Amino acid sequence: MNTVETEQLEIKLLLEALYHRYGYDFRQYSQASIKRRVLHYLSKTNHDAISALIPSLLYDEKSFKSFLFCVSVTVTEMFRDPWFYDTLQKEVFPFLKTYPFINIWHAGCATGEEVYSLAILLKESNLYDRAHIYATDFNDRALQKAKDRIYPLERMKDYSTNYQKSGGKFSLSDYYHAQYDAVIFDAALQKNITFANHNLATDGVFSEMHLVLCRNVLIYFNRDLQNRVLSIFRDSLCYNGFLCLGSKETLDFSGVRNSFIEVARKERIYQHKNDRGRLER
Amino acid sequence: MRDKSYQALVIGASAGGINAIASLLSGLSTRFTIPIMIVQHRLPVLNLFLTQYWDEAGIFQTKEADDKDSLQSGIAYIAPPNYHLLVEQDKTLSLSIDPKICYARPSIDVLFETASDAYQAHLIGVILTGANNDGTAGLRRIKAHGGLTIAQEPNTAEASTMPQSAINSGAIDKILPLTSIASFLNNLL
Ligand SMILES: C[S@@+](CC[C@H](N)C(=O)[O-])C[C@H]1O[C@@H](n2cnc3c(N)ncnc32)[C@H](O)[C@@H]1O
Repeated sequence: MNTVETEQLEIKLLLEALYHRYGYDFRQYSQASIKRRVLHYLSKTNHDAISALIPSLLYDEKSFKSFLFCVSVTVTEMFRDPWFYDTLQKEVFPFLKTYPFINIWHAGCATGEEVYSLAILLKESNLYDRAHIYATDFNDRALQKAKDRIYPLERMKDYSTNYQKSGGKFSLSDYYHAQYDAVIFDAALQKNITFANHNLATDGVFSEMHLVLCRNVLIYFNRDLQNRVLSIFRDSLCYNGFLCLGSKETLDFSGVRNSFIEVARKERIYQHKNDRGRLER
Repeated sequence: MRDKSYQALVIGASAGGINAIASLLSGLSTRFTIPIMIVQHRLPVLNLFLTQYWDEAGIFQTKEADDKDSLQSGIAYIAPPNYHLLVEQDKTLSLSIDPKICYARPSIDVLFETASDAYQAHLIGVILTGANNDGTAGLRRIKAHGGLTIAQEPNTAEASTMPQSAINSGAIDKILPLTSIASFLNNLL
């Protein structure tokens, strides 16, 4: 067995151990990227082999928490891919307008930048007051930051540009207050948002949704886990509900492909149409 | 070197790379049928134009990599702007938006290191023009796993830092002027 194979085995044992000890399941993540994250965590400890992490992570819950935060990548931004938000407003909002009450699930919301982006656009289309956004992630530290609504001032220049390109009607600075080198977004934006811990690898459907957004999360999963998660989204969505994925993620090779029609290809927006996929199972 | 069969080629480039890559691809022969993966720093947001440009330069189909693509011969996969490109053990591709590495996403090191884990001694790594030292760590991994490493001769590069950094690290098997890299690769297969 060469080094690469040995490391592969060590990671497998580590993830198996963590699943049985804590219930967090990383066994179906993309191997190449989970390996990089594990090695990154390893480099911050004084151990020199992946398998040497197992005892301390099994016995010490505090170490496990920091492992969890290190392994989950919460990189995100406001109005990422502005053309996506533009199309969302043009193609999806008119449908949402026909409902008296709108349930939205933002899965893998990280530190909340995307959630507030959506909240702002909903407000500008007069949809916010009848919307409820469930914003979930399995990283509690990220969820806490999302609830705090505080972001670095230096990012606002790029975010403003993206907000304009997304079809924003006013000025992004209308929605936050700057203080020293940080900004805090208006509490009013958070009124209809529930932040909650939800693990896509182990938890399931929790409510019926009109719109589900899960962007740049599936790329971290292997095909089997992707299919599990997509089935949860399909089962959560009402008939005619919408699913939005990241710009490099697709339903094309998934088990739920037949349950959706493609609304916008480049923007990866799909609409739940029939339940053929479900019957075939 | 000849008793080894190469199964994949990875190419990394930065400043000046768009033309250098086109020139390299245009020199490869139809016998060169192994999959190619490319990281070029700082591509414009949509590189349809570029894939077309590279497409026309070579005999390959060039394609912006999609998540979970399985690697096929005769196709050159390009890392999408703002995503890292990774190779899985089962020879499929993954993408990630992990933090930038040395200011770069996609990072050449991320592609080279993961490709090296997947292909081990059967990988060829080529580093071209660029003004930083991304790629050096990846080439060291390729070399350590018994793969073949090639650097563009720095004085034929628009920006010499990147190939020079790889050469200085001792990770490079072969230093070649840009115009000779393709024919050297053709003779390997
Ligand atoms: C790269 S971020 C993407 C954030 C945002 N959606 C975007 O596109 O900018 C991925 C997020 O998915 C979360 N995540 C990863 N695995 C998860 C799981 N099993 N359940 C819930 N969230 C998960 C991570 O904690 C992280 O916040």
